Amino acid sequence: MATESLDIHIKFPLLKRPLHPTGIWGWMTTIDHKRIGILYGVTAFIMFLTGGVEALLIRTQLIGPDKDYVSAEVFNQLFTMHGTTMIFLAIMPLSAAFFNFLIPLQIGARDVAFPRLNAFSYWTFLAGAIILNLSWFLGGAPNTGWFSYAPLTSSVFNPGNGPDFWIIGLQVLGIASLAASFNFIVTIINMRAPGMTWTRLPLFTWMTFITAILLVLAFPVITVALIELMFDRAFGMNFFNVAAGGTPVLWQHLFWVFGHPEVYILILPAMGIVSEVLPTFSRKPLFGYSTVVLAGAIIGFMGWMVWSHHMFTVGLGPIANSVFALTTMAIAIPTGIKIFNWIATIWKGSISFKTPMLYAIGFIALFTIGGISGVMHSMASSDAQQQDTYFIIAHIHYVLFGGAMMGIFAGMYYWFPKITGRMYDEKMGQLQFWLMFVGQNLAFFPMHFSGLWGMPRRIYTYGPDMGWTLMNTLSTAGAYLVGIAALIFVVNMVKSWRKGELASQDPWDARTLEWSIPSPPPEYNFEEIPIVQDRDDWWERKRSGKAKTAPAAVPVGGGSGGGHGIHLPQPSFWPMVVSIGLFIGAMGLIYNIAVAAIGGAIALIAIYAWSFEPVNEPDEESGH
Amino acid sequence: MLNMIRGSRRQIYLLLTVLLVTLLSACSKESPQSTFDALGPVSQSQLTILWVILGAGAFVFVLVFALLIFATIRYRRKSDDEADPPQIHGNNKLEIAWTIAPAIILIIVAVPTVRGIFFDANPPDDAAFTVEATGHQWWFEFEYPEQGIVTANELHIPVNQAVAVNLYSVDVIHSFWVPKLAGKLDMVPGNENHMWLEADEPGVYFGQCAEFCGESHAKMRFRVVVHTQADFDAWVIAQKQLAAIPTDPLAKEGYDLFIGQAQCWACHTIDGFQRARGSVGPNLSHVASRMQLGAGIMDNTQENLRAWLEDPNSFKPGNVMSRDAVVYADPSKGLSEPQISALVAFLRSLD
Amino acid sequence: MWAFLGSDCMFFGTLIATYLVYYGKSLSGPLPIDVFSIPVTTVSTFVLLMSSMSMVLSYAALTRGRMKAFRIWLAATIVLGATFLAFQVFEFYEFANHEVVVSCDDDPTKWTDLEASLAAGCLTGAAGDEVSVRGFREVEYHAGGEHGPEIEGVYGLTPRTNLFGTTFFSLTGFHGAHVTLGVIWLLSLFFFSFKKGGVTPKKNLDLDLAALYWHFVDVVWIVIFTVVYLFGVFEGF
Repeated sequence: MATESLDIHIKFPLLKRPLHPTGIWGWMTTIDHKRIGILYGVTAFIMFLTGGVEALLIRTQLIGPDKDYVSAEVFNQLFTMHGTTMIFLAIMPLSAAFFNFLIPLQIGARDVAFPRLNAFSYWTFLAGAIILNLSWFLGGAPNTGWFSYAPLTSSVFNPGNGPDFWIIGLQVLGIASLAASFNFIVTIINMRAPGMTWTRLPLFTWMTFITAILLVLAFPVITVALIELMFDRAFGMNFFNVAAGGTPVLWQHLFWVFGHPEVYILILPAMGIVSEVLPTFSRKPLFGYSTVVLAGAIIGFMGWMVWSHHMFTVGLGPIANSVFALTTMAIAIPTGIKIFNWIATIWKGSISFKTPMLYAIGFIALFTIGGISGVMHSMASSDAQQQDTYFIIAHIHYVLFGGAMMGIFAGMYYWFPKITGRMYDEKMGQLQFWLMFVGQNLAFFPMHFSGLWGMPRRIYTYGPDMGWTLMNTLSTAGAYLVGIAALIFVVNMVKSWRKGELASQDPWDARTLEWSIPSPPPEYNFEEIPIVQDRDDWWERKRSGKAKTAPAAVPVGGGSGGGHGIHLPQPSFWPMVVSIGLFIGAMGLIYNIAVAAIGGAIALIAIYAWSFEPVNEPDEESGH
Repeated sequence: MLNMIRGSRRQIYLLLTVLLVTLLSACSKESPQSTFDALGPVSQSQLTILWVILGAGAFVFVLVFALLIFATIRYRRKSDDEADPPQIHGNNKLEIAWTIAPAIILIIVAVPTVRGIFFDANPPDDAAFTVEATGHQWWFEFEYPEQGIVTANELHIPVNQAVAVNLYSVDVIHSFWVPKLAGKLDMVPGNENHMWLEADEPGVYFGQCAEFCGESHAKMRFRVVVHTQADFDAWVIAQKQLAAIPTDPLAKEGYDLFIGQAQCWACHTIDGFQRARGSVGPNLSHVASRMQLGAGIMDNTQENLRAWLEDPNSFKPGNVMSRDAVVYADPSKGLSEPQISALVAFLRSLD
Repeated sequence: MWAFLGSDCMFFGTLIATYLVYYGKSLSGPLPIDVFSIPVTTVSTFVLLMSSMSMVLSYAALTRGRMKAFRIWLAATIVLGATFLAFQVFEFYEFANHEVVVSCDDDPTKWTDLEASLAAGCLTGAAGDEVSVRGFREVEYHAGGEHGPEIEGVYGLTPRTNLFGTTFFSLTGFHGAHVTLGVIWLLSLFFFSFKKGGVTPKKNLDLDLAALYWHFVDVVWIVIFTVVYLFGVFEGF
């Protein structure tokens, strides 16, 4: 290996490889999947709070009729950014945080397949998040909805640069997501510990795998659509130009061909988390492991055949609507299977109601409601009354908040001891769950009614004569409760991370490999790569007496001093530099093409430097 | 912690009661846009399907929640050192059962759905006439080719007669929706969409744009006025009257402004005046006969009309008139108070 | 790498789908039949196919340890790829400045639609040497052409002209960007191979991946050539 390296240090003395960085540089150059996972998690949660503030502003405006706390224009920007933020900057990266932290631990690996690519994914995600949110300060946020239907996005109807920020921000985020997905697909295929066969893979890893495949296939579609839109806006091309014969419906097709798999990209990781939490706290194996995996795969596959159910009122004709109505109904079957399998998992179990379990059960309950309203939408003819009303908002929030976010909260509580090495405050957690649970039902359940009573989405105001006041006031009250619950969560996490009770390696008597190593895991994860013999290997080992149960707690940040001779890839600047280049390039595409060229050049140089940088510095390696 | 769980169970019961009460009140007909108050064959067919699927959904809901609540109560861990429960890995028969059962339910509800889709899409052969509806940012234009009428934001139809509606848009995507009469269908630029309406009783029905179409999407509304056949015929005759130059001096002054210096004619049509042929803004022939101003956002009164002319942007942010019309875009050419009074008098005379 | 290619398939799939959705929907010319030159594109397609073959030979040479042959074939691949790109640039330039000449004395039944619309100038243009014909640029009237009076004009296709231009240039441009990337990649490998131990018979994964990518880009071109060029010109399809 030593002979292959080019002496990059000589060319770039400023960017001498950080061999043993500490403090903030340690985080900025890290390629440790666990640290990257934490970075993802913290950033995404901040974005979740940002999207939450936007939601509270929306709800405040709608608390009663004819309010003018915000203007129409700002309201439109708020709901656009709320949707975009929650989907691309909160739920997806929160799932990515779990992928990063857990996948290598669950499959018995020391890191992901491409650790530096992993760091690149994070920094690029951060760049995309910054670009999108910068728009607030640079002339107005995007204002066309998270779906940005053409031709409202054209430069004729939208001369400002809000849509440009949206297009470019999403492109950058797409690069991050694609890079991360390749990484996880390769990691899961190639890096499994001996004996970790596909039928022994933990459920969360399975769902990650399916999600990554969906991402890899779905993001190109939106990327092309965004490029087409960008060309229309920047160069006067005709993709969505009605005057030249273009059809705006093409945008909707492309957007939803991506958009529907995207829904499963959001929900499948949460399903994976729930499938880990339920067995642990019931002390029973997951009921029908292969059925649940298969159902997940079928959902992922069928997610490609239902996109037009977002377009029942576009006028595709009764035949197309009937076909998509039927495929949409069919997708309810694998979803139903999962719900029944989860209930069967806790059936006859020994259920311990710790906070993660409360969230997992809350997930089943609320996701069921969201699933039922989802099937209601597949009835294309009655959907004509529900499409684009608050009924849809109720549905997506039951699926994405009651579903995806509840699953993610379950995961955050469940793995908190593993990630930080400390226990969260259980009492506060329980209180927070109930506030969150009641709050979101209060916020979202009344929306079913305001929708069926004819309240369209995305309206910044309504009259007192419309009969929607009571339901909107209730929704707003619920939203505030959710806001309070989110704050309590932050307090709990920060407080417990700093001085919570030390966690043992396996506080929940759990089942998968990540619990067989200390909390927090040492940098090299496994002192010895485990040889897997069973599904739920750690549980089986404990029950057969081959493993010490509940070993002593390990102090935070400390390893046991073991791990000598384990070669880990070293930190690197280059992933971050490439991302910075992309950021400059992306901003250049919005403002000035010359700046874009500079950004592109930085990224290109950094890619070369990166690919010629050996995984480990030779002198370091010979030192061992 | 057990206490907390018991407490939370009470919260669930409380929540369920609240939900049930709200559910019952859901059939409320108070909202002028309630889809539960179906007053035409299209909306009725849609409501029927809603009840079918709501029934099936309620069944699934009760089943899942009963199982879930029973399991969480019955299988709670009683003490910390309890032995492991039986390790059940699965049961093929059960899993096949809960694959097939929902499939059967879905097949049952699929039949009326598909029938409904085709029923709503195809106007009956005996449709009385066709209306061409066009979406603009942010108002609706209705043209009656057979009767030779163009109006804005107010669709008049006779009772118990199917009316075919063709949908267009001149700018962005809008959606045409009269909740009590029919589900929505989009107005897509470059496309033509077809739907139909029929109302069972005379009255005024609320409609609203349902597809986000820009800044004042919330202010894009309209009314459907359903007449008896005789009233409808009378309305058609009234609408076909051509306007004449007003005799009232104030209104005449307003007419001169409209046709002259204020350049209203560039965007608005008034049948009967050779010069007023603009097609950017709503057709104002017989504007005084309409119930609402500014696309269903306020009653058509003298005060409201005046307020609207003074500052349309405060009622409908971002509208084209505030942006492009010379009297609003160019401060030096703005309308004075007396000029507004004259225009109000003129417009009020167009009945 | 396979995951990446799968993803890339979706990219091209979406662009080709867009092209097909808008195929024949342009409201004004020029249309494929007006600008395409099948012989020229056939040659460039052949060049690209040959580059795939040289890529195979290069990889085979490397695995057998014949470094010199490996470098020669790799260089050949790079040159052929660059030739293809040159063809594409030429083609784009040609499309944008497509010239049409009509002899006014010709038999009008032999005119294509395009020539006929230009020939409309034969009637009006006799008076002066500048005529304006819709859709054409720089139209000129020559009273004494080779075969009698002539009308000459530029009938250019750019991304803004119509839907065909927009979708055509995006699709082929995206493919061209792939070829460019491939050429840069192969070029990097070529130089890297001179560094000691850079590319060796045992360490051939880099070349293997590049080759896979290169073949993929070739296959995509076959699809584009068929769907865009051949479908566009032959009405039987």
